[in-house]
Amino acid sequence: MAAIVRRALDTPAVRPWALGLWFGLLSLPLMITSDPGYQDPYGYHGAHRALYVFATVVVVAYLWQVDQAIWPRLSPAGRKRVGIAALVLTVLTVLALRDVFGQALHGTLAGVGGEGLVYLLAGVFLVYALRGLTPDTTADGGAGPGVWQRHRRWLAPVGLVVLLVAPIFMNRYTADVAVQVGIYITLALGLNIVVGLAGLLDLGYVAFYAVGAYTYGLLSQGLGIPFWYALPLGGVLAAIFGVLLGIPVLRLRGDYLAIVTLGFGEIIRIVLNNWDEVTNGPNGILGIPKPKLPFEFVIPGVPEWLDPAGELVIGGVLRTPHGLYYVILAIVLFTVFVVNRLNNSRIGRAWIALREDEVAAEAMGIDTTKTKLLAFGLGATWAGFAGTFFAAKQSFISPESFTFFESVIILSMVVLGGMGSIPGVMLGAAALVVLPEITREFALYRTLIFGLAMVAMMVLRPQGFVGSARRAVELRGGDEPPAVKDEAATDQSLYEAQRR
Amino acid sequence: MKLLETRGLSRYFGGLKAVDKVDMVIEEGAIVGLIGPNGAGKTTLFNTITGLYAPTEGDVIFRETESLVGLRPSQVTSRGLARTFQNIRLFAEMTALENVMVGAHCRTRAGVIGAVFRTRAQREEERALVRRARELLDFVGLGRHADTWAKNLPYGDQRRLEIARALATDPALLLLDEPAAGMNPQETAALMDLIRRIRDSGRTVLLIEHHMKLVMGICEKVVVLDHGVKIAEGPPAEIQRNPKVIGAYLGQEASA
Repeated sequence: MAAIVRRALDTPAVRPWALGLWFGLLSLPLMITSDPGYQDPYGYHGAHRALYVFATVVVVAYLWQVDQAIWPRLSPAGRKRVGIAALVLTVLTVLALRDVFGQALHGTLAGVGGEGLVYLLAGVFLVYALRGLTPDTTADGGAGPGVWQRHRRWLAPVGLVVLLVAPIFMNRYTADVAVQVGIYITLALGLNIVVGLAGLLDLGYVAFYAVGAYTYGLLSQGLGIPFWYALPLGGVLAAIFGVLLGIPVLRLRGDYLAIVTLGFGEIIRIVLNNWDEVTNGPNGILGIPKPKLPFEFVIPGVPEWLDPAGELVIGGVLRTPHGLYYVILAIVLFTVFVVNRLNNSRIGRAWIALREDEVAAEAMGIDTTKTKLLAFGLGATWAGFAGTFFAAKQSFISPESFTFFESVIILSMVVLGGMGSIPGVMLGAAALVVLPEITREFALYRTLIFGLAMVAMMVLRPQGFVGSARRAVELRGGDEPPAVKDEAATDQSLYEAQRR
Repeated sequence: MKLLETRGLSRYFGGLKAVDKVDMVIEEGAIVGLIGPNGAGKTTLFNTITGLYAPTEGDVIFRETESLVGLRPSQVTSRGLARTFQNIRLFAEMTALENVMVGAHCRTRAGVIGAVFRTRAQREEERALVRRARELLDFVGLGRHADTWAKNLPYGDQRRLEIARALATDPALLLLDEPAAGMNPQETAALMDLIRRIRDSGRTVLLIEHHMKLVMGICEKVVVLDHGVKIAEGPPAEIQRNPKVIGAYLGQEASA
């Protein structure tokens, strides 16, 4: 019986239907009991909408099979062409949604499947663009030079200009999303040091985020310390907490380490929640000042498309998301710069060695105590920066912002993007912030879509977006040596990957 | 000079005496073989010398004066002892070159400041390190595979990479745990040549090996362990005729 089912599932013609059935049944309870479009969103709404899920999954699975049949046979040049075409399509789709080609097209697009669906389409294009334009590792498994490495000389300045000019094309909402992306990139890059490089599974990372936020919150309230002084202070304090957490867990590995760090994260949150005299408990801290620049220019008479008020204010108190965008941009650039240099240094190599084999690392003369504490400290620093900025941006912080779920999200960004890879982790952070935003109109289903995307991603491309096969042993479980054909498997069909 | 000396070195696991009062002397510049049947305690002896296990009893003396007991493995390595592992323990998802560079960790200094600001000292150290690592890869014959991931190297090459990585720590004493395991005759011959070249470059070698042709071919002295106890010690020719050794390998009846 089991053998028959297995054979059936391995048949390309059957598999999409089976997958559709599976996901349809899984989502059935949700589909029956809730519909945000109704007056009364909860209650019996009929099972027919589970059919939509079924149909969607079947279509996606079929498309995936087509992809798997064609993609491996494409030549490198062919892949590049597909990548370029996909990149153009991505840009066109996004521009169309931003009304660049006029309302009519936007209206048509939105009419066809809703704005969110079009964004999803843009996301698919983007995935193909990345797939086509980022070469896989070289034939013998060595790290390929990569597009970035080869074109860094012009990609870096062009990218910087794009990032600096981008806010002009953003409204308040999109600028705010961009700021969120920045915060999470900083957090994810920090966690990447601990999890992705040093291979220490930290489930309480949000604690350091909270330390940063409360550093600024309390110092600004009590002593009136401005943001710019609190920022380095928040980083340093978070680093100290990172080392403090590191000391008791030095001897722990894998699951045990995860549990202790999880506990640590909760302890910080519960302390913040209950230490009323200092932290104001669950009521949080209100009225935290925004970052203020020591200068202020007002440029009057700017065209309306640049600023609706007709004047451009540069400097002063950074109240708008646009102003905050530049602050977080600076923080992100600083983070990327430092993390990248650490990554490619003696210390970075020691971290990776520690992750790959702790016994061998120790035997090669690496002081594991010092190296681990460095990872915890230097990882937590970025959460401290991000936390300080978060407090300034929100003006209000409470323990509610620093739950375990937040740690999980940040960890997901690292895993989804590709552990140890800086561009990958940045992409993961951006995806996990933007995806829930663009699926907003799916309302309740967006968690479902989110979950599906995560499951699909982990099954189909376990090494994350960016094909650095440098994954931690941590999530693969145990001290086993990594499987030799890890990398090659991703380009095989789904079925073969399953059979391994 | 006595480079390394163990005095009554013991390591017990509960009631099991894995290493039992072993006295052993390794003269500087020698190639010494450590042999014995499976489970004789050879690897445990290695682990106890290199600080992976704390000895139950006894002492390990390095360069006639310094005791290695109580040091962490990383400290032992920085004193000048490096090892390879019986079950290869390379950093799988690092390139061969990076593996060797990690080996030089305790011989390099660059810290966080150096890494972030790319100070002149750091850049020079890094350059020298890459050069040295490439030399070592060439030395063991892996020059062509510098940018290959360790896990993608063939088995024999992985063993040689482990030797290059250990050499990067600039050891006075190199401990090899079954370096010829899984190698074909050609590879074993090349390995023997490599071990001789390592010794000729001024290092001392202690190796565990089951491959008798290799042990008898290159070792000046052989130490035999059985059930944790040293049962014989001497030049290879003598060891081959030693009735106790023959008994340990073939069973008591054979020697009777």
